[in-house]
Amino acid sequence: MTAVVALIVLLPFAAAVAGLLATRLGTRTERMAYRRAAWFAIAPGAASAALTVWLAVALAHGTGVSEGRFWSELLPGRVEGTLTVVETGSVPISLTLRADGLSVLAGILVVVVALAVQVYSVGYMRDEPRYPSYSAFVSLFTSAMLLVVYAGDLIVLYVGWEIMGLCSYLLIGHWWEDRANSRAAVKAFLVTRLGDVGFLFGIFVLGAAAGGFRIDDVLRADIPRGTLVAATLLLLAGVAGKSAQVPLQTWLPDAMAGPTPISALIHAATMVAAGIFVVARLYPAFLAAPPTLDVLGVVAAVGMLGAALAALAQDDLKRVLAYSTISQLAYMAAALAAGSDRAAMFHLVSHGAFKALLFLCAGLVIHHVGSNLISHMGGLRTALPVTFWTMTIGFAALAGLPPASGFFSKDAVISAIEHGTGPAQPFVYASALLTVGVTGAYAARAWLRTFFGPARIEPLPEPPPGVAHVFDGREAPPSMLWPAGVLAVPALLLGLAGPAAGVEVEWGPAAVSLAVALLGAGIVYALWRAAPEQDPARLLGPFRAPCERAFHVDAVYAALVVRPVLRLARGVVRADARVVDGAVRGSGRATLGLSGLVRLAQNGNAQLYVTGLLAGLVLIAVAAVVLT
Amino acid sequence: MHVVYPVVVSALLFSIGVYGVLARRNAILVLMSVELMLNAVNLNLVAFDVWLRDRLHGGQVLTLFVIVIAAAEVGLGLAIVLAVFRTRRTVDVDRLRALAEVVRAPDPGRPDGEGAS
Repeated sequence: MTAVVALIVLLPFAAAVAGLLATRLGTRTERMAYRRAAWFAIAPGAASAALTVWLAVALAHGTGVSEGRFWSELLPGRVEGTLTVVETGSVPISLTLRADGLSVLAGILVVVVALAVQVYSVGYMRDEPRYPSYSAFVSLFTSAMLLVVYAGDLIVLYVGWEIMGLCSYLLIGHWWEDRANSRAAVKAFLVTRLGDVGFLFGIFVLGAAAGGFRIDDVLRADIPRGTLVAATLLLLAGVAGKSAQVPLQTWLPDAMAGPTPISALIHAATMVAAGIFVVARLYPAFLAAPPTLDVLGVVAAVGMLGAALAALAQDDLKRVLAYSTISQLAYMAAALAAGSDRAAMFHLVSHGAFKALLFLCAGLVIHHVGSNLISHMGGLRTALPVTFWTMTIGFAALAGLPPASGFFSKDAVISAIEHGTGPAQPFVYASALLTVGVTGAYAARAWLRTFFGPARIEPLPEPPPGVAHVFDGREAPPSMLWPAGVLAVPALLLGLAGPAAGVEVEWGPAAVSLAVALLGAGIVYALWRAAPEQDPARLLGPFRAPCERAFHVDAVYAALVVRPVLRLARGVVRADARVVDGAVRGSGRATLGLSGLVRLAQNGNAQLYVTGLLAGLVLIAVAAVVLT
Repeated sequence: MHVVYPVVVSALLFSIGVYGVLARRNAILVLMSVELMLNAVNLNLVAFDVWLRDRLHGGQVLTLFVIVIAAAEVGLGLAIVLAVFRTRRTVDVDRLRALAEVVRAPDPGRPDGEGAS
């Protein structure tokens, strides 16, 4: 069984190696390299997905140790295997893989979305000369994410965590010819790195306190409460970085500079959810540290409402979805803070499905229109019927309308928050309800502005890299439509599996949140009906500009952090050039100047030399006589 | 005879030799001054040999060596002076400055190697 787990992780890795090294071996044409890269990308991914399903079935029939966690009834089995234990001299590192209900839940999401994205990319990245490296990086990312999911040791988890960050950087900057794209990649890398520092130290604190990095050992160890609070707060920094939570949320909207399938896979469904997954994985430790959960709750409450308001005002379709991702991740964080990892994981899986679907559909729309901006879209309902229906399912799930999956998972989250304890609970609950309304509003706005109203297709000038598709009036090729269609199924129906997983719908809170969401959507609809030409975001009034700029957080960070750091860096460069190099050059110049004085004596008159010799001799003789 | 007389004479001879080497311009006279200094040394050697009653007469033997070497040196020196005269038409020591370092004008292109780093 452990071999199967290892195979699930290693197959995409092998695909990445093969994709990077072997796509152009012996191929003469670009076409052949492209086809071979596509096979390398899809075949191992499909094998990995099949193995994951097999593993899930095996775990469902297995009998493991009952840990009293939420997945114990559904997937009771568990597998754990240690390859070797690395002696470090102090705390040993064990190369352990484990699979239990939680890992398999997240693992299924990862392999399914990754496979859908790989198939989609074959169509989306046609005529792209760097497609082989792109698909290899996606495979590498999949492997890293699966390593995080199946890690049985915190250090192993951290390895996958960092490789994910690297792949995210590489793929955001896929079209690095455009300066803005590579800047966005660097920003994403640096901001997540800021959180990762805290994450690594959190792991160290936990490992040192527990005497080992194995997750089971850490969770069973008797760690003093102060240490636990410190460790979980440090881990929370990494979680905020990866999951784009306040205050490290600024990188995610800019990360939309990458190709749209990447946004679907990395920046919507999997990597950004890894932070939530890690908290769920170490949940007993977080439960034993209530201050951390309070901090998480406040962070989530601020993030969900702020990001939803920002999403309402964006004009770029992908940025709308990016802010909505931040907002939905904050929901999961709030559910965790309220004490329900079950609701958080449920929302994680359903959000992964419907947000990946939304991004793939957004890619179809962008592919068709040749622009990211909503103001360039409109009236696409008849031109793109398949995309319209799949994206409608996605938006319904996002807004939490029944019977889509989002309704059930969001209800689970809201009722978890309602039942939560802690000093910040009323604040979080109010923020969550408000966010439900705003979510309905921005989902309705994007839906209406994209698919209804007057068509605004116009011949565009030469499109910039990233949207380099010429309008041809037809819907996308089937390799792009099929993944969206397949993902629409779980986005629509996954919620019905909720009761099977032990999530019962609480109809009271569900009715309230549904009413709020419909209210938000209704206001936008009324505004849009009044003037289909105009953007319904005008209902924000004077707050529209701050919302569009995401409350100027970027400007504040630029003033508080970026500019001082740049100034410091420039100072260092100047000190290096003036002081360090100046000392070296100055010593050279001083030597030359001094030797110029000595050079005056070398005038070629041999008698002068002899005179000097004699004078020296006399001096030595006199000194010898006087001093002895 | 007291040893002080030959020592004083040799000191005088040596001083004259030093003055000649340092002050004369004619290369041949400089060579002669060197001979004077060598002979002052010879005088010292012989005088102290006698005064110390050295049984092996090391001073006198050394004097013979010095005379031979001085003869060879003068031969070589005169040959050099002749060669110099043939090429330069002068034996004025002050004007024979080929050993002086040639002072280059500072090159504006590479001030003291700056910009090479």
